[in-house]
Amino acid sequence: MTAATVLDVDRPAPRPRRSFWRYWRGNLKGSEFTWALAFSVPYIAVFLAFVAYPVSYGLWMGSDPALYSDVFSDVIYQDTVVNTLIFVALGVNLKLFLALLLSGVFMRPGWVTKVMLMLFVLPWAVPQLPAFISLHWMLNGEWGLLNNALWILGGIEGPSWLNERWTALGCAIASHLWKWTPFWTVILLAGRMSIPQDIYDAAKVDGATGLNRFLFVTFPLLANLYLVLTLLATIFLLGDFNTVFFVTGGGPNNETHLLATLGIRNAFDLARPDLGVAVVMTALPVLIPLVIILMRKLKTAEVQL
Amino acid sequence: MSMRSIAAAPPLAVAGTSGSAGRMRRAARRRRQASNTALVLLYAVMLVWTFTPIYNMVMIALEHEGDVYGSSIVPVQPSLDSFWVVFSQGYWYLEHFWDQFGNSAYIAGMVTFLVLLIGSLTSFTVGRMRIRNGWLLTNAALLTYVIPASFLAIPFYLIMNRYGLANNPWSVIAALVTFATPYAIFIFQEYGRSIPIELDESARIDGASPLHIYLHIYLPLMAPALVAVGTYALLLAWNEYLYQFLLLSDKRSMTVPVALAQFLNSDVAPWNYMMATAIIYALPPIATYYAFRHRMSSGLTMGGVKG
Repeated sequence: MTAATVLDVDRPAPRPRRSFWRYWRGNLKGSEFTWALAFSVPYIAVFLAFVAYPVSYGLWMGSDPALYSDVFSDVIYQDTVVNTLIFVALGVNLKLFLALLLSGVFMRPGWVTKVMLMLFVLPWAVPQLPAFISLHWMLNGEWGLLNNALWILGGIEGPSWLNERWTALGCAIASHLWKWTPFWTVILLAGRMSIPQDIYDAAKVDGATGLNRFLFVTFPLLANLYLVLTLLATIFLLGDFNTVFFVTGGGPNNETHLLATLGIRNAFDLARPDLGVAVVMTALPVLIPLVIILMRKLKTAEVQL
Repeated sequence: MSMRSIAAAPPLAVAGTSGSAGRMRRAARRRRQASNTALVLLYAVMLVWTFTPIYNMVMIALEHEGDVYGSSIVPVQPSLDSFWVVFSQGYWYLEHFWDQFGNSAYIAGMVTFLVLLIGSLTSFTVGRMRIRNGWLLTNAALLTYVIPASFLAIPFYLIMNRYGLANNPWSVIAALVTFATPYAIFIFQEYGRSIPIELDESARIDGASPLHIYLHIYLPLMAPALVAVGTYALLLAWNEYLYQFLLLSDKRSMTVPVALAQFLNSDVAPWNYMMATAIIYALPPIATYYAFRHRMSSGLTMGGVKG
């Protein structure tokens, strides 16, 4: 402020300040601008305090290159990368493909379809934790419902699902599908419903039915939505913590961790927060391009979730 | 195979074959029967798939502790004892159940309220008042939406400890509001486009302050979107585990999911009590979801795909 007195003598000095405020003010008059500021302050505060600050803090924590040689030489980390790739690739594609097909089934008219849809979306409404705890016990090799049912109904001795790496990982993927397929089905169903009926009528005149209708009419119209959903699901799945944490617990022998669960394990079980952050940071080379593409898509494609 | 494609099948057959009408009708009927059988099978698989984990939850909650470790697939001596034990906090692990349930409800309620408040204020300034460079706010929200919450958990935890907010429900509320508000902002902005801006303008000419417009024009017209986003925020808070686990460790300040997970890690997990707790915990969001289902799915896909 001491400089202001000096600048006051200088004529052009106050002008940039006034035009600065005028610029921000835009077409808002007097007190309206104050209101607009007051209304946007809460979100700006939330963003700065709880997004910008933790993000920069995390980047700073993980900025030491020495951490990464520790991370990459860790056998558990190497397994984790493989698991994450499998989990994301299978999880995303199976989930969305199933959702795409099922959304077609739910387009059928009639009350049976309506009731089925209502029942089918139930897993979405069940909170994650109760659901995954139930699945964890259900998959227990000795006392779980699945193996009991296999034995009683089919005379099959089921494996101990959660005690072997690949079956455990498979169970985690299946559990994820159980919980989240309904959500994506509902979104794709709404996508299908927004396709105008006249397009189908026109296609019918041209003789497109069944598979052809799907391949040449429905899918091209849904393709953009499907692409955006794939990107979004990939990002969500990369950050998925609850499924693996509760269904397999990262076990057996830490062989089924994902980046998110391994990060938390390193930070809290091993009391090495920096190592935890470093594990998560190794996802950034994949995450950042995805985020950039997705942000562009979400803005231009006018697809909103 | 949808109904319409089946109905559309005969004309194609006319174009393809020149056989007798009877044969064609029989073929069409066979095809319809086959697709109906496939549909019934599909529905059966879907029901088994959807309900097995839920059945498992209910079955175990109805069993006695010893029967959980058995090979039966139906409850041996079904009883509601476990639920009563949970309600009356009659087990050492459940001694603070109602406190914890209250914490969950308090956090979910506050998160819902704040998400609605902050989200609607932000989208009002960006979408209705057309604040200059509002895209900065929208982009900040978009960026937050695509950052996986679990990746931020470690720095968030350390920062909250530094703020002295460990074991304070407000640290969890802050985290959940942060991750739920971006979605609110999108939905509100998208929905707000359907409300004519002339309403605001004429009120403005009449001398109404922005606060008045926000309270008396914007909010009432946004009611359907508020319901959709409110349900979303409530379910998000009820679903969340990681932040609650990291930030709330005291038995009295923790929430139901954190307590349940502690159960899970103890050596002698009483599964019937756990499942009864899980069911009680799952009921409010299921009820909320089904009450506002239509609003919510229209909100989820508001503007869904355009063209």
